[in-house]
Amino acid sequence: MSTTTVAHHEEHHDHPAGIMRWLTTTNHKDIGTMYLTFSLIMFFVGGSMILAIRAELFQPGLQLLNPEFFNQLIGVHALVMIFAALMPAATGFANWMIPLQIGAPDMALPRLNNWGFWLLPPSAILLTLPFTLALFGIGDGALATGWTFYPPLSVQGGIGVDFAIFAVHLLGISSVLGSINIIVTLFNMRAPGMTLMKMPMFAWGWLITAFLLIATIPVLAGAVTMLLTDRHFGTHFFDAAGGGDPIMFQHLFWFFGHPEVYILLLPVWGFIPQILETFSRKPMYGYKAQVYSLWAIGALAVVVWAHHFFTAGMPVPALLYFMYSTMAISLPLAVLFFCWIKTMWKGSMSFETPMLFAVGWIILFGIGGLTGLVLADVAADAQYHNSYFVVAHFHYTLFAGGIMGIMAGTYYWLPKMTGHMYSEKLGKLHFWLTAISFNLTFIPQFFLGLAGMPRRIPDYALQFAEFNMISSIAAFVLGFSQLLFVYNIVSCARGGKKATDQVWEGAKGLEWTLPSPPPYHSFTEQPTVK
Amino acid sequence: MQGFRKIGLGVLAMLASLNAYADYSWNFPLPATPMALDTLHVHNKFMTITGIIFIVVLAIMIYSIFAHRKSKSYKPVADKAPSTAVEIFWTLIPFAILLLIDFVIMGIPAYHSVIMMEDTRDKATMVIKITGSQWRWQYEYMDGDAKGIKFVSNLSTPKEQTEKGFQGVKDADYLLEVDNRLVLPVGEKVRVLMTATDVLHNWWVPQFGSSRVAVPGFLRETWVQVDRAGTYRGQCKELCGKGHGYMPIVVDAVPMEEFKVWVAAKKEELSKASAGADKEWTKEDLVATGKGVYEKNCAVCHQVSGAGLPPAFPALTGSKIANGPIFGADGKYLKDSHLDRVLNGVRVMPSWKALLNDTEIAAVITYERNALGNSVGDVLQPAQVKAARQ
Repeated sequence: MSTTTVAHHEEHHDHPAGIMRWLTTTNHKDIGTMYLTFSLIMFFVGGSMILAIRAELFQPGLQLLNPEFFNQLIGVHALVMIFAALMPAATGFANWMIPLQIGAPDMALPRLNNWGFWLLPPSAILLTLPFTLALFGIGDGALATGWTFYPPLSVQGGIGVDFAIFAVHLLGISSVLGSINIIVTLFNMRAPGMTLMKMPMFAWGWLITAFLLIATIPVLAGAVTMLLTDRHFGTHFFDAAGGGDPIMFQHLFWFFGHPEVYILLLPVWGFIPQILETFSRKPMYGYKAQVYSLWAIGALAVVVWAHHFFTAGMPVPALLYFMYSTMAISLPLAVLFFCWIKTMWKGSMSFETPMLFAVGWIILFGIGGLTGLVLADVAADAQYHNSYFVVAHFHYTLFAGGIMGIMAGTYYWLPKMTGHMYSEKLGKLHFWLTAISFNLTFIPQFFLGLAGMPRRIPDYALQFAEFNMISSIAAFVLGFSQLLFVYNIVSCARGGKKATDQVWEGAKGLEWTLPSPPPYHSFTEQPTVK
Repeated sequence: MQGFRKIGLGVLAMLASLNAYADYSWNFPLPATPMALDTLHVHNKFMTITGIIFIVVLAIMIYSIFAHRKSKSYKPVADKAPSTAVEIFWTLIPFAILLLIDFVIMGIPAYHSVIMMEDTRDKATMVIKITGSQWRWQYEYMDGDAKGIKFVSNLSTPKEQTEKGFQGVKDADYLLEVDNRLVLPVGEKVRVLMTATDVLHNWWVPQFGSSRVAVPGFLRETWVQVDRAGTYRGQCKELCGKGHGYMPIVVDAVPMEEFKVWVAAKKEELSKASAGADKEWTKEDLVATGKGVYEKNCAVCHQVSGAGLPPAFPALTGSKIANGPIFGADGKYLKDSHLDRVLNGVRVMPSWKALLNDTEIAAVITYERNALGNSVGDVLQPAQVKAARQ
């Protein structure tokens, strides 16, 4: 980046207005905004699907949905939430904040960035179209296999499976493009003086995420392509009759699927410590220990996949290896938890909405992590596996650990992005409603699982009625509370109290040295980091 | 701060309930096998350990939240990072604690549980084979007196109760009742072989503590030793299509003497049924028997009326196959004929060869051709089905 080109771009003369601004933009902040908006919309799409399911499960007996349609909803809910809500939200923050945090004018590969985003809407359409058409009586609906595509059920399924396979291909390409962009940006565009070990934690979280994505997305793409050829071109990768093995798909899928959990969580583990240090008014504890822990988790993520299907049958040594390696993930996580709490310890804490979300996040994600440790045990897993216990566990990691983390980040950076303060009162209300209704939704599901309710069933035996009823009511409160989130974001974008450059009293880092909102081209002069 | 207290209380309640062995709706159901008992112990132990970790960490955090607040004018400690040595020392403490918990306190019992769970062969006194199909279980006794007993087990909750919008009173064992129960002798270690004919299924009885995926084309194994007589219920727990929620498991565990009586009775019942295959049946008898077979096995997809659920599940009423010829000029059944479909299946349509006996196949085909709006008028005899199998 020479200074002459930087000077040339100072004026806002070179981008069109209106719709063309958004279609053609290569600006990291515009693209970030589009990612975040897309993610918010899809969050509600996925959420309304699950509310239909919770309404059906409100009491025993079939009330609203056919079993076929129920099976489509569960799978599409998961795919939408993971690929179209959570991942784009993290990518949106990366686009917005990484250049600001490392003192760069933009991302390294702006056109790639634009392409990465515009692959998302078509794939969201591919995911939801078969299902929408089926509502109008056309075709046989979306994939009904759950988000995991397990053959032979997925080989047997209708055209919805093919739609989902191509959607996953597009989403995968988009993620890999985003990852390449982030790695190139972080390696080449840091401000002078910012060594790798001085990078903000969010940048570290994303760097490892990006490597995980590049390592695992191709495996998923390969696995679903093999599925596609099994379905239409007479191959037998997953068919025992032709020498294949259905369980091989599970190995391939979870080789991607387990790192995916960390792909969703690592960016959050990046910015939560930043929020904690801001509102504790004290530098984060154990920066190096945290960076090494993130790397350790990234490395362990790709060697523990088979704990997702212990009951599928495996030799004893494999069971033991996957059990112990899974348990080992708790070691770096314990270090992270320690550092997060030590950052708060003896700080001067105040509890604005981002801090509330961050602290609530530590507690709830803690429950997700600890139940994960218990799930690693092979013998007990025979009971937990595919029961509601697992459903509750992964919603503690992905809703509390993922989405509530994203909410913390949203409230933290919203004043920086919009230049206005959001309503603190509504933000706090949103937090308490979310935290309480979330727990009331999922704590009963732990007990349902222990009592023996399998997941993915449209109707259930009478002994499960009470817990399901509590869970359904709380799920509706949880769902409708999120309207507050939208209201808060929209009204903050439209106006409100002006935000200062630093926004938060204890905020440190390059993004807080720019005006709120930051200029169109973030840093026109490279800052220097001591 | 009420929220934190609430969460804390909730967790305390959760922990307290773990030790309340009497109240099993808060924990695993009462174990009936050594494996389930072991699983319960492991679960309780691990939950207690993780519960303690959670409470201790939460307590420290809550203390800090109350003590170190700006609103109480608490001044942050010196604004500089700790030295690397101090930092490494402190961060190694949680690392070491978890190392001990993971690989010693939890790791050692977990190891023994795995070894026990996977030991399917030692001291096993009998072998059964369980086959999962969309959406029913088939049980076969592989050795001993019971060798050769083989039957299919279907959901027997009345159909109207499971239909959309049913308003009446449901059975106590709604969705958890079958027509033919698996019967096992108490106290005997039974080796269980598991397979499937179409997609993945998972045979799971929570009180047995074992669950294993049934994989088409492969044999998986596990074991069951029921130590208390009684009736045990479970469900399929691997998503297997639209009937996934409708393939329950019911096991009667009975004392050995009673088991022997059951074996003798079941054998006689089965031999009677196969004897029926050799006699000549009237059309009326076949249609009457076929109606029952159809509604139990075929109506899930093809519907009671025969209208099907196109495009996935075609209608039988007016179908080319159900109204076409079965046998060719040479007396052999035709490819893609009605009998070929039922025996061998195609795509989503399962093969019924192993699931239904000769009489049932003959009856259901005769029923489909002479009811459901079809009137071909011909009769398929069980003997013809028997010949077709060869």
